[in-house]
This record gives sequence, C-alpha cells and structure tokens, in this order.
Amino acid sequence: MSAAVAVRDLTRRFGSFTAVDRVSFEVATGEIFGFLGPNGAGKTTTLKMLTGLLPPTAGTATVAGLDVARDAVALRARIGYMSQRFSLYGDLTVGENLELFAGLYGVQGERLAHRRGWALQMAGLQGQEDRMTADLPLGWKQRLALGCAVLHEPKLLFLDEPTSGVDPMARRAFWDLIYELAAEGTTVLVSTHYMEEAEYCHRLLLMHRGRIIAQGQPAALRALMTEPIYALRTDHAPRAVEALQHTEGVLETALFGRDLHVVLDPEHGDPERVTAALQAAGHPVRAIERVEPSLEDVFVALVRREGGVVSG
Amino acid sequence: MRAHALDLGRLLAVARKEALQLRRDPRSLALAFLLPLGLLLFFGYAINWDLKDLPIAVRDEDGTKASRELVDALEGSGFFRVVDRLESRAGIDDVLRHGRVRAVLLVPRGFSRDLAAGRRAPVQLLLDGSDANTAIIMMNYADAIVARWSQQVVLRGRELPGLATAVPRVWYNPTLASRNMIVPGLIAVIMSIIAAMLTALTIAREWERGTMEQLAATPVHRLEVVFGKLLPYVAIGCFDVFTTTVIGITLFAVPFRGSVLLLAAMTLLFLLGALGLGIFISAALKSQVLATQVALVATYLPALLLSGFIFDVGGMPAVLQAISRIVPARYYIAVTRGIFLKGVGIHVLWVQGLSMIIFAAVGIGAATAAFRKRIAA
Repeated sequence: MSAAVAVRDLTRRFGSFTAVDRVSFEVATGEIFGFLGPNGAGKTTTLKMLTGLLPPTAGTATVAGLDVARDAVALRARIGYMSQRFSLYGDLTVGENLELFAGLYGVQGERLAHRRGWALQMAGLQGQEDRMTADLPLGWKQRLALGCAVLHEPKLLFLDEPTSGVDPMARRAFWDLIYELAAEGTTVLVSTHYMEEAEYCHRLLLMHRGRIIAQGQPAALRALMTEPIYALRTDHAPRAVEALQHTEGVLETALFGRDLHVVLDPEHGDPERVTAALQAAGHPVRAIERVEPSLEDVFVALVRREGGVVSG
Repeated sequence: MRAHALDLGRLLAVARKEALQLRRDPRSLALAFLLPLGLLLFFGYAINWDLKDLPIAVRDEDGTKASRELVDALEGSGFFRVVDRLESRAGIDDVLRHGRVRAVLLVPRGFSRDLAAGRRAPVQLLLDGSDANTAIIMMNYADAIVARWSQQVVLRGRELPGLATAVPRVWYNPTLASRNMIVPGLIAVIMSIIAAMLTALTIAREWERGTMEQLAATPVHRLEVVFGKLLPYVAIGCFDVFTTTVIGITLFAVPFRGSVLLLAAMTLLFLLGALGLGIFISAALKSQVLATQVALVATYLPALLLSGFIFDVGGMPAVLQAISRIVPARYYIAVTRGIFLKGVGIHVLWVQGLSMIIFAAVGIGAATAAFRKRIAA
C-alpha cells in the first residue's frame, strides 16, 4: 500500500527566513502522525503546505496521491483541515456552521442529515443546534470544528494544534475522537506542543527551527536518549536548580512539577556528586531515583546534541 | 491544473452564511437600511440650490417715487428681499462685511430727474463676491429686473415694435427645481457609499477572526466566495434603490419618466461594480477599520465631487475629467437623472451601461485576484 503522505525535501522560505528546511517523511494510511516542537519550529507552515494553502518554495509533497503544488484545489475536497485558531463562525449557530461546511464540501440530501447527526453526537451537542457557536465552551467549539472538518468523510485529516488552550479533560476527550477516526481508517496528521499529547501518536516528527531533528515511534525516540535522568525531591526545587548550575557532570536541570529532573553526562555524571552538591548548598535531597526520559527530555537532549538551545 | 467548475451549491452556502451574519450584525443592518434613508432625507431637505429671497440692503439717496418703484420691482421678483434701508453710504461696508445682506442697491441723488430727462440714470449694485456663484446669479437677476423695469418706464405701456427676444422654455425640469436634480443624483451618491462601506467589512472580518483560513481549506473557489458574498449585498442595494426612489417620487415629488426595468438593470450593474470595489479594498487591506476608512474616501469623495452630482464634469480641468471616468457614480448619476427626468431609454444610456459593465468586471476581477494573493501569503 502506498503512503498516504510522501514528502521530499519540502522547503518554505519567507524572504530570507527559512520556516521549513528540506523536510522529508512518509505517513502510512491509518496512522496518527504527530508534529512536535516549540512555536516557530515550522509545524504550522508544513501543515499549510500539505493542505495546499501555501505553495512550497522547493521540494515535493504528495497527499492522497495528489501533488500539493499542482492539485491544491482537488486536494481540498479529499482532506479535512482544522486551523490553529478556533475558526468556526461565532455568529452562526451550531447547526448553521455544520450546514455551511456541508454546503462547501458538497454534502447534501440524506448524507447531510446522517453526517449532521453524527457530528452533533460526536461533539456532544445534540439538541443544541440553535445555540450560538460563540457561546460554547472552548472544548465543545473545538469538537464542533472537528465535526465540520470531517463532514465529508475525508481520508486524511490535518489538525494544527487542535487542543491549544483546552483543559486536560477536554483534551483527552478530543483525543478519543482522533482515535475513533483513525480506527475507521482516517489518516491523521496533528501538530502539538504538548509533550503528553505527542505520546498518543503512532509516530512522531520532532521539529526544531524548520528542521526535523528526529522521527519515529514515541518509544523509539525515548530510546535515543542515552543520558541518565534522575528525579530529585528537595524542599525548594527552584533554588536547587541554581545550585546545580556549575556542578560537574550535570548537563541539564529542569523543574518537573515539584520535582527536579537532572540529566547527567553518561561518562562523568555521578548522582552522588549531585546529592553532595545540593547538601553543601543547603538543599538536602529527600528522595532520588532514576527515571525514564519523557519526550520533552528527548527533545531537549537532541537539541543540545546539535549544539542548540530550545527556544519558544 | 485540473479544471474546476464553479459550483452553485457552494456559492449559495457562502451567500446564506453571509446573509445570516448580516442579519445578526446591528451595525451592518443600520448601515444597510437606515443610513440610505437618513442621507436621503438629510440631503433632500438640506441641499437647495434654488435662489430666492436673497437679503439685500438699499441706500436710496434719491427718495422719489421712481426710486421706490425700482426697489419694489426688485422685491416683487421674489428673488430679493430688502432687509435693511441704510441712512448713509458709510453703512454699506458694514452690512456686507457682517454678511447680513448679499448685496446693496445704491440709488444716487438725481436718479429720477435723469430718468425723466431721458438721460442715462445708473444705479449701483454692490455685491458680496466671496460666494462667486451666488454673486453672478444675483448680478444677472438684478440686471434683468432693472432692464425690464426701465423699459416699462420709458415705454409707459406702449408695445415695443419689432425687437428680437429669446423665449426660454426649460425641458425635463421646467420649474428648474434643484431638488429634481439632486434626488436622482443623491441616490447614486448614497449607493456608492453604502455599497463600498458594507462590503469593506466582509473579507477583512474573516481575516481578523481567522475564519478565512478555514474557508480557504475547503474546496470553495475564490470566485464562489466573492459572488456568494456579493449576493446578499446586491439584494440589499436593490432594496435601497427601490425605497429611495419611492421616497424621492412621493416625498420630494421628483418626476419619474423612464423605465423601471431599465433602472433596475442599470442598478444591478452599478452595484456589482461598487460592491466589487468594496470587496477588493477589504481583501487587499485585511483590516476592518482601515478598509472602512479607505472605502469611504475612495467612494464618498469621488461620488460627491467627480460624478457631476455637484460640479459639472464638463467644466473641470482635463485631469479631473479623466479621473472622473473611473468613478462609477458618474455613470450611474447620468442613468438616474436620465431615467427620472428625461425618461430616456437604452439607446441613450448604453454608453453608461457598457462603462458600468467594464467597471463591474474590473472590480470583481480585482477582488478575486486580491483574495487569491492573501491566501498565498
């Protein structure tokens, strides 16, 4: 089976700024494929090129068998897209928004009635067709936007940070919907800057400053990280971070909830030395244990290996 | 590129959405329905170029029956009204300077004596030239009235044998009521403003709210978006022209001599161009505030000044005449005045019709092109 999305050396420049720099990857049919990276990493620009909204400066991308640069118009009929900002019409009711997108996607008659009902149920908005969309809580709005984007049952769905600003419960509910769609055979490409969301993806692309720094399954990406990570508990984690700034063998320290995550150099790092340094600085360590790296740790480590710093 | 046929279903989906949003936006509703009526009533009553009862002062140094008869003749014409009788020449400067009167008639001592002796008997008219148009008209009126009066005095009721006289008869607007000219022109000016103002918001709003990106990601063609957005506004524009026309005929008693059908067809052409211009401004500027301001300046001033509404285009310098050719209101004013007052048909107005077709094509084309550019950026 051919790939749902095939991208080769895709590049987009805005003047002298290169937003996306020679990106290549493939997405298999039915896969949930994630783009992870901080703001400005090039995720949105990549998605806009894949949906035919933005012509690439160089490189090629084939989506559902269509070239994004040449067949942008035909492409739009086969895909669903949810843009970064909430972008339904606030001054239309729930039902009117659904009917608008049904009209734009050419969904009519019996199929419209069926899909409309499905979308309302999916978004949990049955009986609320006449509510003004602007008055809905953000989580409901996002699910309605998803419903509008897939009214025409596209084979491919592009979601650009669909859950930004939504509370964790609503975010979880949204991901359940994504799983349902994927289970029915929809290929989903989704960008996010939430690390825990990235874990839900089948495969991931880690992007930084327009480049791919790694790609693979979440577990495989975590395995890329060879540096040991220790979680420490002290009485005052923020001050402990400062205390470890110049400790030998410490590559990285970061706050992780109330704990402190310390990345050690695999050769020169020593957890004993960390404990001693904190003791000397007046921050006795209450507990210390080695932990599995999170995707965030992986991301930071990969950027560090390239000699860069994570920004944004 | 694959051929992509325009789809009526998508076009209507956009039109329906636009109509629903319009219905819920009080600002646009007021702009669409109240502003045209307000402007028509305001301008219809406020603008009046007919001159009558112009205030003048008289310094009568002669103080005879003849001098009093002359003043009566001026006042009896209806064009002048004597509001002040001056005691000395020193007061002349004062009344003119303060603007209490527009002119002063000075009848010198010996006027009646010279007249009786058959000598030249000049009277002097001192005019406030700061309003040159009015001054010229007053000068002509006074000249004519005085000439007629002196003819009567000299002839004392006898007929003058065999003198050539011009007998004027005014067609199309026999009473020369300026309102008859203003109201049809005003409909054109109002519609220019309304059309561009209404649509100036429509695309800029979508950019500001982020809905344009979602729209662009659907298979909708940009021509379908532009025409879909035009449709509700064309309907409103037609309704506005209809109501202002009815009010012009009933309230202002403006004659309507031409074809309703022709006016409707021409209105449609004009609206397509004017609305297209608004959409172009909106698509090009992306900001609602900026687009509204630019739309106002780009339509209001030319429609008011370069359309022939106030100033005759034929009397303008060549440069302004050239600019006026790209002001759609100019053609539409010729159409409304032609249909209202002269009752002319398509055999006369086809030039205007053709001009407006070109303007509509350019306006909508520019709007569509600007729309595409923004999506790519």
